[in-house]
Amino acid sequence: MNSIILLTSFGILNLFIGFSKSKKIIMPLVLLFLAIVFVVNLTGWNDTQTYFERMLTIDNFAIAFTAVVVLTTILVLPFSQSYIDQQNDSLAEYYSLLLFSLVGAIMMVAYENLLMLFVGIEILSISMYILAGSDKKNLKSNEAGLKYFLMGSFATGILLFGIVLIYGATGTFYISEISSAATAQSNNELTSPLLGMGLLFTLIGISFKVSAAPFHFWTPDVYEGTPTFFMAFMSTVVKAAGFAGFYKLMSVSFAGAQNIWFPTLIAMAVVTLAIGNIGAVAQNSFKRMMAYSSISHAGYLMIALLSFNDRSENAIFFYSLAYSVSTVAALGILKLVADQRDDVSYNAFNGLGRTNPLLAAVMTISMCSLAGIPLTGGFFGKLFIFSAALEQELLWLIIVAILMAAVGFYYYFRVIIAMYMREPSGDRVPVGSVATFALIFMTVLTFVLGIAPGLLSNIL
Amino acid sequence: MITALLLFWPALAGVLVLFIKGQNAKRAAFGAAVVEFIIALYAMLQYQPNAQVQFQYFQPWIENFGINFAIGMDGISLLLVFLTTFLVPLIILSSFPHSYKNPNVFYALILFMQMGLIGVFTAFDAFLFYFFWEVALIPIYFISAVWGGERRIPITFKFFIYTIFGSLFMLVGFVYLYFQTPGTHTSDINAFYQLSLDTTQQSWIFWFLFIAFAIKMPVFPFHTWQPDTYTESPTQATMLLSGIMLKMGIYGVIRWLLPIVPQGVSQWDGLVLVLSIIGIVYGSIIAIRQRDLKRLVAYSSIGHVGLIAAGIFTLTEHGLQGGIIQMLSHGVNVVGLFFIIDIIYRRTNTRDIKNLGGITQTTPALSIFFMILLLGTVALPLTNGFVGEFLLLSGVFQYNNWMGAIAGTTIILGAVYMLRMFQGVMFGEQNANTANFRDLTGLETAVLVPLVVMVFWIGLHPNTFLSLTEPAVGHLLGIINR
Repeated sequence: MNSIILLTSFGILNLFIGFSKSKKIIMPLVLLFLAIVFVVNLTGWNDTQTYFERMLTIDNFAIAFTAVVVLTTILVLPFSQSYIDQQNDSLAEYYSLLLFSLVGAIMMVAYENLLMLFVGIEILSISMYILAGSDKKNLKSNEAGLKYFLMGSFATGILLFGIVLIYGATGTFYISEISSAATAQSNNELTSPLLGMGLLFTLIGISFKVSAAPFHFWTPDVYEGTPTFFMAFMSTVVKAAGFAGFYKLMSVSFAGAQNIWFPTLIAMAVVTLAIGNIGAVAQNSFKRMMAYSSISHAGYLMIALLSFNDRSENAIFFYSLAYSVSTVAALGILKLVADQRDDVSYNAFNGLGRTNPLLAAVMTISMCSLAGIPLTGGFFGKLFIFSAALEQELLWLIIVAILMAAVGFYYYFRVIIAMYMREPSGDRVPVGSVATFALIFMTVLTFVLGIAPGLLSNIL
Repeated sequence: MITALLLFWPALAGVLVLFIKGQNAKRAAFGAAVVEFIIALYAMLQYQPNAQVQFQYFQPWIENFGINFAIGMDGISLLLVFLTTFLVPLIILSSFPHSYKNPNVFYALILFMQMGLIGVFTAFDAFLFYFFWEVALIPIYFISAVWGGERRIPITFKFFIYTIFGSLFMLVGFVYLYFQTPGTHTSDINAFYQLSLDTTQQSWIFWFLFIAFAIKMPVFPFHTWQPDTYTESPTQATMLLSGIMLKMGIYGVIRWLLPIVPQGVSQWDGLVLVLSIIGIVYGSIIAIRQRDLKRLVAYSSIGHVGLIAAGIFTLTEHGLQGGIIQMLSHGVNVVGLFFIIDIIYRRTNTRDIKNLGGITQTTPALSIFFMILLLGTVALPLTNGFVGEFLLLSGVFQYNNWMGAIAGTTIILGAVYMLRMFQGVMFGEQNANTANFRDLTGLETAVLVPLVVMVFWIGLHPNTFLSLTEPAVGHLLGIINR
């Protein structure tokens, strides 16, 4: 709760600081704010608190995921250096929107009441709509903002409709109370079609937010148009918070009704994996590839959700963290490279190994982590997810996931090939010192997660 | 402790080599590899010839998952560690005449790969084994893809995707086995050996693991990545791939497939033998038709590996012992042959048999070394190839006479392509390419002498190595026939 209050007040404070002439001061301040929030958030560990008539519960689950999203934001921020250099007028607003959207993310992982989930999703999404369209003079960014807004608000509408139907069937918004009503219909028969409808609509709404197929259509277009800096935020924070909320809903409310939604989600996981990975293969734009890659990672996370045992919580947490760190590193480098070479395709990375050895090395490690190669966090993320699913005997699902992971190696390694085996397509890319530090930190973190996963693999 | 030293020394040395500028990197890497070899020799002297796993080092890794950092060596591991540590210094030495760009990265990658290989051969925990299995792959991919020939990018990419595809299946196999272990689950190898799986489960697991190993070896029909990759890679990478890396696949079968799913093996061993024997004949016949020397040796390698695979899957002591000794012999011979091809290529800029000839006239030393390695490859008695192939064929004959007879053609076909190569390259008239062909330099001799010594040592006194692995093989057979 403290983190929510802090984030809100820091966000407002930041808006006022934005009036000052010096733009240079804003980023260090926001980093400081976020560091404070990160620490304050962790002090609540092992101390479960409930707020607003039990509508929000800050437990270890919420704290862990809050830590992930705040850390991700801290790591994203250094890549906004070019906005500062260009004296962007709206800088303070961008940062404030990021802070406000974190409030939404925290509500999504801490809710006990479906209304809170809805409000959280809305707070997060509305900031995202604006940020997607923040590059005002760029037609693609306008398109992205509008597309995301139209489709997103439609999806939220469906989500809300679902929540209302669930309320109609059970008479409550509290997820723990819904569970008893849902368990009553566990023997494969829907005693109340209302509840089934509600569940389905809620599923659709959340699936849209985490870009799970078949509700993923917006992802490549929106991500492509969104400024890379905000795409790094969108594809990590929204996904981590979305999956935490998704998992919480399914595990608390609908655990008893598992056999009703299980086939649907299995089908969705398979389709998500297939569309994400196969779609990414066909891309020539690195940015679009990363958009499809974020869809494919939604597929892996869905497997963890589906396995639905005591391993899945930890698996989702570990995977979200490893995925977020690597994705931020990759997109951060894309931003640096694209700023200089004015290109977001694979060709932009040609010869980066020669002009910027550090960027190329960090990129290689991020790609290895996203692909799931040992020594990196991504490997253990996948291993934990596969373990969770295999314990549940979801063998066929795992085989599909394995085939798709093999496909993943193809598109992740294309950029490595471009960096090390082709002639440079531009000069050395300038990298700020803060960004360098962030990149090195992310690399170290990826290795730590890959060498000593025991530190974080069992904390929930 | 000594195992941990063997494992981490190359990694540490690799990191240090990264910081050495210019061509000094190769000297530093060579020094590090020699030190590693000395450590391995020391381990061999300390080794007690029994079936126990020795030099164990144990450290919990991911405790709540029961995954441990468990390494150690029994006779089989020790032999492969010996092979690795013996070949890597020679491979580095063989690169001295080349000046690769970014030498520090090149040699650091070789040392990193050595760490991965040692890890694969010494890991006694399934996930640790998988971990090193992949760790060994990444450096060799970069070595081949960055320093390779013209068509390197698509070809090494295919190699990479192909092998990683296989190993992902292995990972699933291991995770499945892991969940079959009792209690809070563990990925310790002995827990895997003690599993009692039913026949269907074993059959499934067999395929999950076998695909990974078969792609690495490679067994027909999973071999399609191999000739191209060998041809396009820089010679040192080809030596690493053929001399050591393909042994990972064979070692994997011996340690992680046969004892864990013996019933799965007994369901499918007939098929595997047939595939292996097809590989022998197929590889050999294609080798006869090759003009590119590197491709020729690459295809011959498919034939030889086919025989090793066939011998091992007979599950006889002869077959297993032969397979293990043949891994050593094949490593020595194939590295030697690739080195000689490299010498010829550096002097003439061609690897095409049609453009070569008459080299013997100016090169007595090269011709002798070439001939000895070649005779070792075609398994002439008193050379190393004979011991291994004899044992392997005897194993296959114990399994099935017809299969033995067909597998035996490897000796005849091998002689055909090898002697044809020697004839085309070394005899005949000199031409523009081979006129003024210089004989071996001191450095080249220094690489070839240890290899030739090994050819005769294994050929004349195979017991040095057979006695090393015998107790471990007996122990494994005991587990398999339980």
